[in-house]
Amino acid sequence: MTVVAPLGGPGPLVDVHAHFFQPDGARADWAALNASRLSAGERIGITYHVASVLGSWGRESPTYFQSPRDTVPANDFALSMQRTHPDRVRSYVAINPNDTEFALGEMDRCVALGAIGLKLAAARRCDDPLLDPVIERARLHGLPVLHHIWQHRRRHWPSQDISDGGDLAVLARRHPQVSFILAHIGGGGDYAHTFAAVRDVPNIHLDLSGSGIDRGMLDDAVAAVGARRLLWGADITLCTGLAKLWALDVIGLSPDDLADVRWRNAARIFPTGAFPSLEPTPHA
Amino acid sequence: MPNDSREEAADRARPSPARTPRPTPRPTPVPGLPSPVSLDVNTFIGAFPYRHLPHPDPDVLVRVLAREGVARAWVGHLPSAFHRDPSAGNAELLRALGPFAEVLRPAPVVRPDWPGWRESLGALVAAGVPAIRAYPQLWGMAAGDRQLVALAEACAGARCALVLTVRFEDLRQRHSLDVAPDLSAAHVRELARAAPGGRLVVTAAGKEFIEEVHWGLTPAERAHVFYDFSWIWGPPTDELAQLFRTIGSERFVYGTMWPLRLTQGARANLALLPGGGAGDALADVRGW
Repeated sequence: MTVVAPLGGPGPLVDVHAHFFQPDGARADWAALNASRLSAGERIGITYHVASVLGSWGRESPTYFQSPRDTVPANDFALSMQRTHPDRVRSYVAINPNDTEFALGEMDRCVALGAIGLKLAAARRCDDPLLDPVIERARLHGLPVLHHIWQHRRRHWPSQDISDGGDLAVLARRHPQVSFILAHIGGGGDYAHTFAAVRDVPNIHLDLSGSGIDRGMLDDAVAAVGARRLLWGADITLCTGLAKLWALDVIGLSPDDLADVRWRNAARIFPTGAFPSLEPTPHA
Repeated sequence: MPNDSREEAADRARPSPARTPRPTPRPTPVPGLPSPVSLDVNTFIGAFPYRHLPHPDPDVLVRVLAREGVARAWVGHLPSAFHRDPSAGNAELLRALGPFAEVLRPAPVVRPDWPGWRESLGALVAAGVPAIRAYPQLWGMAAGDRQLVALAEACAGARCALVLTVRFEDLRQRHSLDVAPDLSAAHVRELARAAPGGRLVVTAAGKEFIEEVHWGLTPAERAHVFYDFSWIWGPPTDELAQLFRTIGSERFVYGTMWPLRLTQGARANLALLPGGGAGDALADVRGW
């Protein structure tokens, strides 16, 4: 049997920003999408997909304003993917913080079933004190918080109560013991604004995912926060994730820096033992 | 390639003679490509008005192409897209690419509402340019504009490709002054219908745009329209694989949008096709 070298290069690789689709969601091709992600992940060499399912993806409640009724089966589906692919998939618990008591209970339930991170989207701007109880609960469970971000919020955009890097900095400063993952610097908006906004907030990590592959973005991210605060991810476009992996190879990172971005930073901020096939890594 | 700033800074620190033909780095096979790719139709040199681009220079582009396994590139002059009169930018482009003529082929701008544009086109064709760039959405020209049609007809008559750019940046990140709309699919349909003998190359189009153009043309009209895939996504939505299956891989050409976007994007897209894209032949660009 021929062993094919992974397209993304040798060594472990954690996608900290993955999504799966589910049967009760808006996409009839949900199974094909999930299979495609896993198949492409094998070819790229992704060791773990850390994934969330955002409610019914708009079918019964808006993607970024998911109802409690949509939240439970979505998280259940993410956890079922983790059970089905224990060597490849880990799950976030995704909640809408507006239903605070429900959200806290859902976090407890999903952590007990194996969720390793908290995913917050855009149902409430993240500098709102309403988020404090769920962030505190994340701290108690030792979960990092992946927060959907619009890079530089200059106005409201439809279908989201959007946060930007400055908003996340406010929240992260209120909760210095929690690790935050600022979502997809390539996912829309002005990432240069984000870099300036979070440069001095050490508990914010930047995930590199998103369809944007602007030349200069990766170098500027390294310059702003250093390789120890960057996390590789793909979000909905694995092709741009692969392009960024190849680009990371040529921007002058040391092998240590590259390993940090590919997987070691993830291993540091997610709960101990979240990625059993990866070597033990000192925690932050 | 992102900045490649550290790598390129080291490269640029090495002395190199200016204004003389330079040894050309040879493209080498690279993972993810049936390399070398013969042509990148979508590159530029020069600054972009709305954000800093590191090293948007021809000598850097030549090294990037060699590293990425690409033999040649059509190169536009990015500032000229935003100039009222493109003639000075065209002259600058031809001068800058002169030392790299073996690899870098100029794709200057002709603006068909400018006095003397036919003479400008004639001079550029005589100089051997393989392609002309036009930006109707930046010039306020609607789909079906008769001057734009005249340009397409003239390019067809001169056997020169006409390159159109749907967008330069993601809508979500644009500068507040950058309010020009994207090129519309209707622009492309009108040109393809009006000048069916020419070759239209549409860059930075998304999947829906391409489908709207392709299925809005007759088979004969479609045969003259080509698209790069710098703005089409791979897994898990597999848009590129779907387009190759539905409208045919032969409608596509390799384009990266350097220096605005990572050159690795197009290569990654091909690498993630089913079978690594081995069975998907892009358009035959020999002679382009």
